[in-house]
Amino acid sequence: MVTSVTSLGRSGLYDWFVQRASALILLAYFLFLGWTLVAGVDYASWKALFSQTWMRVFSLLALVSLCAHAWVGLWTVFTDYLTERMLGSAGGIVRLLAEAISALVIFTYLVWGIQILWGL
Amino acid sequence: MRLPVTAWASITHRATGVFLFAGIALMLWALDGSLADPAGFNALEETLAHPLLKLVIWAVVSALIYHALAGIKHLVMDMGFGETMAAGILGVRVVWALAAVLIVFAGIWIW
Ligand code: HEM
Repeated sequence: MVTSVTSLGRSGLYDWFVQRASALILLAYFLFLGWTLVAGVDYASWKALFSQTWMRVFSLLALVSLCAHAWVGLWTVFTDYLTERMLGSAGGIVRLLAEAISALVIFTYLVWGIQILWGL
Repeated sequence: MRLPVTAWASITHRATGVFLFAGIALMLWALDGSLADPAGFNALEETLAHPLLKLVIWAVVSALIYHALAGIKHLVMDMGFGETMAAGILGVRVVWALAAVLIVFAGIWIW
């Protein structure tokens, strides 16, 4: 079992599940958004869509899923490539740094997204 | 590098995932501008009409299409379907063919 303080749920199985559940939510959201955009929007209809509570909640759900999905996904990539085996003794610190930066970016996306959606 | 197609499919899924993570900034920026006010919406439409930005949007949309299709294949295999090498290779071909078609359509829609 993967046990690492930086893994999302400190368990590989839990992270694996989060990755899949978030993937399905993102898939549903982007299908819906793509469909809407291809059908055509103007400012009024676009704004009206995003002022509905269900759309804001759906978008927020997608945003939170994205954050979880990206964290688990990037964590997996970092633990594969940014290692002591690949980079020598600096591997651990480089990996921690990469994780910290991605955490910061993810957090920024989350706050930014909430501000857009709920117009704080 | 000589690798089986399934390995290339996996690497591409990974690369598009990391690329999409950067692409989210663009999406949020566009969403922000589009919802601000009618002027912001029109300004965004004009900005996005620039050929270079169209190319960037197309790249992000293409990455999303590929990552989502390869992701769906991944989930199907997680459920225990098509886990043989032959089925894996067939799966990759189906994903690539579908992705190619959808990416071309996306390009036509953007231009
Ligand atoms: C648009 C936002 C998305 C971003 C930024 C993103 C990012 C990532 C990243 C970085 C990974 C890690 C790649 C790896 O471990 O090799 C990943 C994995 C994955 N993604 Fe996404 N993804 C997004 C959307 C989607 C969607 C819409 C699906 C739909 C099915 C999906 C399905 C998957 C699956 C199943 C995995 C796990 C692959 C594995 O375990 O090796 N993703 N994603």
